[in-house]
Order: sequence, then C-alpha cells, then structure tokens
Amino acid sequence: MTTQTEVPQRRGTPQDSGSTPVISVRRLWKVFGPKAEQVPDSEELCGLTRRELMDRTGCTAAVRDVNFDVSPGEVFVVMGLSGSGKSTLVRCLTRLIEPTAGEVVFEGEDIRQADAGRLRDLRRRKFSMVFQHFGLLPHRRVVDNVAFGLEIRGMGRAERTKRAQEVVELVGLAGYEHSYPDQLSGGMQQRVGLARALAGDPDVLFFDEPFSALDPLIRRDMQNEVIRLHHEVGKTMVFITHDLSEALKLGDRILIMRDGKMVQCGTGDELVGAPADDYVREFVKDVPRGDVLTLRWIMRAPEDGDELDGPELGPDVVVKEATRAVLAADKPVKVVENGKLLGIVGDEEILAVVAGQEGGA
Amino acid sequence: MTVAMEKTEKPQKTGAVEPPAPARSVRKISRSMVIGAILVVWLVLFALLRGKQTLALAAADLTDLHRWFNDVNDSIGANRNSNPLFLYFFNEIRLVIDSLVTFVQELISQPSADRPVPQIGWLGVVGIAGYVSWAVGNWRVALLAVAGFTFLGLQGLWQESMDTLALTVSAVFVALLFAIPLGVWAGLSDRFNRIVTPLLDFMQTMPTFVYLAPLTLFFLIGGASATIATVIYAAPPAIRITAHAIRTVPQTTVEAADSLGATRRQALLKVLLPMSKRTVVMGVNQTIMAALAMVTIAALIDAPGLGKTVVQALQSLDVGTAFNAGLSIVVMAIVLDRVTTAASAREEEARRSKNRFLAWRRPLLGAGAAVTAVLIYLSHTYIWAAEFPGEGGVGSSIASAADTATTWVQDNLAGLTNAIRDVITNGLLNPFQSLLTDSPWWLVGAVLIALGVVLGGPRAGITTTVCVGVLIGTGVWSDAMTTLASTVVATILVMLLGIVFGVWMGRSALVDRMLRPSLDAAQVMPPFVYLVPFLALFGATRFTAIVAAIVYAAPVAMKIIADGVRNVPATTVEAATSAGCNTWQIITKVQLPMARGALTLATNQGLIYVLSMVVVGGLVGAGALGYDVVAGFSQGQLFGKGLAAGLAIVLLGVMFDRITQAAARRTSA
Repeated sequence: MTTQTEVPQRRGTPQDSGSTPVISVRRLWKVFGPKAEQVPDSEELCGLTRRELMDRTGCTAAVRDVNFDVSPGEVFVVMGLSGSGKSTLVRCLTRLIEPTAGEVVFEGEDIRQADAGRLRDLRRRKFSMVFQHFGLLPHRRVVDNVAFGLEIRGMGRAERTKRAQEVVELVGLAGYEHSYPDQLSGGMQQRVGLARALAGDPDVLFFDEPFSALDPLIRRDMQNEVIRLHHEVGKTMVFITHDLSEALKLGDRILIMRDGKMVQCGTGDELVGAPADDYVREFVKDVPRGDVLTLRWIMRAPEDGDELDGPELGPDVVVKEATRAVLAADKPVKVVENGKLLGIVGDEEILAVVAGQEGGA
Repeated sequence: MTVAMEKTEKPQKTGAVEPPAPARSVRKISRSMVIGAILVVWLVLFALLRGKQTLALAAADLTDLHRWFNDVNDSIGANRNSNPLFLYFFNEIRLVIDSLVTFVQELISQPSADRPVPQIGWLGVVGIAGYVSWAVGNWRVALLAVAGFTFLGLQGLWQESMDTLALTVSAVFVALLFAIPLGVWAGLSDRFNRIVTPLLDFMQTMPTFVYLAPLTLFFLIGGASATIATVIYAAPPAIRITAHAIRTVPQTTVEAADSLGATRRQALLKVLLPMSKRTVVMGVNQTIMAALAMVTIAALIDAPGLGKTVVQALQSLDVGTAFNAGLSIVVMAIVLDRVTTAASAREEEARRSKNRFLAWRRPLLGAGAAVTAVLIYLSHTYIWAAEFPGEGGVGSSIASAADTATTWVQDNLAGLTNAIRDVITNGLLNPFQSLLTDSPWWLVGAVLIALGVVLGGPRAGITTTVCVGVLIGTGVWSDAMTTLASTVVATILVMLLGIVFGVWMGRSALVDRMLRPSLDAAQVMPPFVYLVPFLALFGATRFTAIVAAIVYAAPVAMKIIADGVRNVPATTVEAATSAGCNTWQIITKVQLPMARGALTLATNQGLIYVLSMVVVGGLVGAGALGYDVVAGFSQGQLFGKGLAAGLAIVLLGVMFDRITQAAARRTSA
C-alpha cells in the first residue's frame, strides 16, 4: 500500500548519522465520524477507499496508517493537495486534533499517553506551530503577540518582553514592535506568527501551510527567511505545504500524501528520479529535472568501449551544476564516491536531462 | 358539507407541498391557487354562517378558566407568606431585587430615610453621566449626555426620569450578571447553546406586555416585579450576542493559543474574552435599550418613573403631558444608545490615535473623577445642587405647545385625518375584522391551520393547530380575532411601506445613507412613546394603535428588505440590464424575487413588532387582547382574564413566528 522508496540515503543531510529520530510516527490514524475507533482495528474497513468507507460507516479517514521519522535538525515536508489530510496529520502530532490510533513518539515519549498537564507542558516548551491564517491576537501589539506563549508559561513581564524583542529582531520586524497586527501586511503578520513560534525556544517547529495565504513574491521572501532561520537556529521543522516547489526548496525529505495515505517518502531527487506511482509522477512532471536530480540518477555502468580517464565528480552533484563540466570534458565524467567508481556520465546523459528527453525513471 | 369541503382541500395542498423539485413555477402557482381556494371557501361559508358560534365574550364576562386563574391568584395571595416556595424562593428574590432598586433609587431619585432629597442630587448625576460617557465613549457623547440629562430636569421630570434610570440601571446590572456568564457558556458549549437558543428565540418574539401578568402573580406589583420582568426581557440579547461573539473568534486564533499550551482558563481570559469585548458591548447596548423599553411599559404594574406619567396621561387622553414625558423617554433612549454605541467603538478609535492621546488619558481621567467627586459632594450637601432648580417651565411649555398643536390639528386637519382613518377602517379593517370575528370559530381555526400548512409546511401546521386549540381554551377567542385583524392589516401596510422604501434604499446608496440613521434611531425607542403623537392625530381608537404599530414596525421591514435587495449579486442585475430590462422589470423580475427570503423575514419581524404594538394600543382604546391585559392589572376580578389574554398574545406570536419562519426557510432554500 505504502511505498517507502528503497533507494539508500545519499544527500549530506543530518539524518545520515543514524541518530535517534525526534519524532517517530507509527501507524497513525485519524478517523472522523461515528464509532471512528473501529475503523483502524478492522482489517476490512482499512482496505476500503475513502468513498466506500463513507458509504459503509459514515466515517471519513483523514489520516490512514501513516509512518515516518523526523531526525534532529531536519526539515521534513508533508505535501499533498487540499483534502489529503496533511493539516490533520500535523495537528495530530501535537494533539490539537486527537489521533484515533497509532503512536506519536517524541524524544522517546508517546505523546498520545500524555495527560492534559504534560501535553500542555510539551506545547509550552517543546513544540510550537505557525498557522496558515496566522492566528494573531488583534487586540495585542506585535511584541505582546510574540510574548504570548511566554506569558502563558508564567514568565514575568520584563523577561518576556526582552526575549520577545530579541525574536522580533531575529525575524526582521524591528521597528514594528508596537504596531497592531492589522496594521501589518500579510507577510509581516506571518513573521509575527513565526516570531511567536520561535520565542519559546521550542525543539520542533510545525508549519501548517504558513505561506499559502501570501502572494508569490512575499512567499519567496518568507521561504528564504525560513531557510535562513533554519541555518541560524537549527530547529527541527515539520512543514506542511501543497506547493511542490516549496517542498523541494525547503525539504530535506518530503512525504507525499493522498487521501490520507502516504504515497511516497524521500528526498527531492528520489521523488523526481524514482516516483512511486503515477500520482507522484504526474506531480513532479513539471519540475526542472536538472535542478533536482544528481549524477547518481543519470550515471550508467561503464561499458567496454568507455574511456575511464576523464574527470571525476561526486554522485551527489546536481545535474545542473555538473552540466558545464561534463560538456567541457571530451571524455565521460567518472562518478566516484570514496575512491570507488560508481558509474560514468557522458554528454548524452546530461543532455537527456537538460533537454527533458529522458523518460520516467 | 363543510367538513367534506375541508377534506377535499387537504390532499390538494399536501400534493402541492410534497413533490420536491419539478418545475418551480408550477409549484408556486399551485400554492397561491390553494391559498385562493381556501379564502374563497372561507368567504362562502362566512356568508352562510355569519354570526354563529363566534365565541364572543363581553368585556366583563368570565369563563371558568378565568375564574380559576383568579382563584389561583387569590390562593397565592393568601399563602404568600406561608408557602415554603414563596417564603424561601420568590420572596427572597423579591427582597434582594427590592433592596437593590431601593438602594439605587435612594441614591439618585427618592428621598432616603433622614434626608428630604436623594443622596446624589441632579448636579452629581449630570456629572456622573458626563464623566462615565466620556470615560467609556468620547467627549461628544459626554456632551450629549450632559445636555440630555439637563433637559430632563428642565422638563420638570427629573425625579421621574431618575426613577426610570434607577430601575433600568438595576435591571441591566442584574441582567448582565446572569447574561454574560450564560452567554460565555453558550459560546463555549455547543450543547448548552442548542438548549438555550430556541428558548431565547421564544423570549424575544414575545411582546413586552405579556411578561408582566405572570410576574405579578409571583412578585406582586411594584418596582421589584418591574425590575424582574425587565431582567427577563433584557437578558436574551446579551446572552445571544455574547455567545455569538465567543463563537466568531477565529478558530485558528484559538488553535494557536492551544498550540502554545494555553489552559482553558488562559484561552478564555486572554484570547476569547478580549477578542469578543467589542461585540459584547453591543450586546450590552441592546440590553440597555430593551430594559428601558420594558421599564417604561412596566408602569402598568406600578413601576415608578416616566412610563407611569405617560400611562396616566394616555388614560386621561392628556396629550400634552404624555408628549412631554414621552419626549423624556426618547431623550433618555438617545443618550443611552449613543453612549453605549460610542463605548463599543472607542477601543478601536483610541488605538488608532493612541500615541499623543494615551499619555494624557490617565491624568485627564483622574482630573475628571476629581471634578465629578466635587459635583457629587455639592449635590449631596447643598439643596440648589440637589433639587433641580426652576419649576420645569420648559416641560409645561412643551406640554402646552403639544396641546395647542393637537387642538389645531383636530380643528383644522380633522377632515384629513378622519378621512384617512375612515378609509382604512371601513375599507380594510372592519370587513376583515368582521370576517374574523363573525365567522364560526371552527371555520377561522380551520382556515388558520390550512394556511399554516400551505405557507409553512406540515410542522408549522401542527404548531398552528396546537395554538388554535389553546387559543379557544383561553376563552378570549373573539378578542384574539380582533387583535389578529388589526395585526394583519397593520402588517400588510408595513410590508407595502417596507417594499417601497426597502427597494428604494436597496437600489440607491444615497437614499440608504439618508434614511438609515433615522430608522436606526426609530428602532431604539420604547414602543409606547409612538402612541402619543398618533393619539393626538387620530384620537383614542384602534386606528391609533395600528398607525403606531406601522410606524414602529416599518423601519425593521425596510432595513431587512433593503439588505435583501442590496444582496442581489450585481452581476445578475447587470445581466438583466444587458438583456434590456427596464427599471420596473429589474425590480419586479430580478430584485424582488431574489430577495424573497428577505421579504419573508421582513414579514416575520413585521408581524412580531406589529403585534407587540397593537396590544400596547389597548392603552388608547384599541380594545381586544391589549385592553384585557391592561384591565387585568387594574381590576382584581379581571386578573384571570388578563392572564388568559396574555397567553393568547403569546399564542398569536408563536403562531405568526412559526409559520413565517417555516416559510422563510422554504423560500430561501
């Protein structure tokens, strides 16, 4: 049912180290409707499509048997069209929506077992979330909005204002501390949302389509802002989006959802290079492949007639960056990892990608 | 024969209601044909059976039910101080409310034990009014409040006004004490909201009048009873609006607070309540206006204040005095409305212009408080500041001017006003009333039920059946039919006015801007001040009540219809224009049909408003149910009949409301 891509990790992302995941989701279900808890337990009901399930039981399964791990420091993107269950999924992770079945393990602790007090504590100190429609308090100034989470924790006024001020500067809102949210543009309002999430110094940041309500130029600014913040503060991030280019731009790994189910989970080049099914293939069809694929995806095994004394490149070099080198060399480029020859890339392979002639992988 | 005819009617109309979709126009024609058929059958049978089985009851006649109500009243009166329910419940409530009212009265209106004047004299009250208006609103409404309150004194009605104010303030205080927590609860809990909403709907459709009689049963007549009636009448808007405010706080904001780990208490105090504050203040405004309306009407059960002056003057047809006191009520209504409206807008404005203003606000408020304290001290100590100076000369000149105007109108315009009155009375009212009152009861009942089914559907039909049945049981059937006739005639005229002005306002932004403020102002007036000018014009007849009802109900109908017309999508109108429609065609073929839902809603509100005014008209000779209720307050042996008449008013109200609500749901679906 679910296809976990079988290709081993290649990119130099933090999760290579095999460290224990921050968040580990196992067999997670969220079913809305009467007697929802029956659905995940029943082998038969699990097999039904969404429509059949609705007709049979009156239930809607928003999240169906989802499994994934998020490593420390990773940007993990959940992607899907509207109605695919991605927003429900992210809310299940902090139990803003109560999951129906499964486990959500955060730093070794099953969040579903936490009582109300513990859950509140986790939300106050470990998680925070950025919302699509900002969710700011219109009757409070920017700085008080940012300090809101700290206030809820019971931090004193002087201390929380000081901390809020730092974060306001971090997200580039210095000078607007005393404005009210409705005096700011959408992009700036979302910076306030971002600052509020960062103020509590959480371990994990959840983003629920934070930039969907913004216009394209502002959206790009904000994406760059997130990348910058990720470099600066190095938080683990779980990012929900319906925009593939946003997912590829931000995500270390991407989980694609459809009708509540996982379709594929992998790095950007895996999705483009080895789509799990036609749905994913259709999705990634318009992605400029040269920007995403690495040499590993296009190299071929050396054949007898090949000359093997050309220049060397690593397997994780993106095609676009290798193009000039490959075309300039008069012999095929060797793809070498740790001194071992993996394959070769010639002009033909490069041109196939760049000219968009290569068929599906 | 008649039974057979009724029977053939029924399958016909259920057939008309049930088929769901096929060709809308066909269904509509058949519905109006069914209604026409019902009316024709009614007219034919009326001609045949006129004057038989009409259940008429003379003014002093009683039925067994009325006598039983009287007995209940007597036995409650006898056991008031021995029955534990009264001893430990009703009497306690009355005691608490009574002490509250007495306390406020001694503060501002009535002499207290060892003083010839109240604790705070006019200067202090005017000072407080100005200061509070400025603190919660702005300096403009503060000026208005000072001017308005001073005017009350100049009219020579200072003490009456302060009694009204004292009752209103006490009632609003108690009402909000319950209403806001209940509203918050209804905002947070879906289940509680589901329970409480129909109850509030019901309470708000009731005319102010009908609360009074049952309450006197438990709390005697007087200020306490009046305050309790006012609390009951004024709380629903605050509950409803508070719940609405809590519910409309954006979900994502609440979720954001949750995701930051807010407790329920923190979410309520730091997110939900601050964000609903502005709307809740609007609810407070409505509560205050409702309370003022009720406090003035409660004069009927011996509540002190301006209402009493008006009622006494109305009953002795003293137009001048009634006008003067009515004007005071209007002035007080305007002041209270403007101040609370400004209060709900203040927060927003203050925030915008904060920087230079905020730093000064605190010291200014402090200085204002000090000045007010000095004024209060002066008015507590010196007689010139305690009793309003002068003899109320302005009031007597207003009264005599009103009298002169009335005399002039009666001398010079009698031809015109009488002509209008006679045309409508003889042309519309009398035939319709005799159709209703002279038909056999079972015929009118059957027609009402049939219309209920055709217009509102089977469920409305069941409600109508129950209402008609109980209405017959109340023993005031004939009076109820008279009231029904007046109400229907007035509502038809209201709808005519509403459509003309509503369409005009809906089509022209300019007209809307010009008319809307006066419509808004007209709506905050307590109903029975409308009676005064028309009493001058038309004398003590039911026609006066009908005209007052039309003037009272028309603003609501106009506003609803104007909004309905405005909400017709501009593209649809554009499409019709490009198809070559002229203005008349656009109105009749596009805008009115598409505003059908608004028209039905306007009918609903029009009926409810008209009904409440028509029964108040009992004070000025409109007779029927309103008179029965009023007579019940003043004459012991008619108490039971008054109670039954109150019940009949409730039944009429429920019937109108259910049928038109169901029709509105049907047309807007």
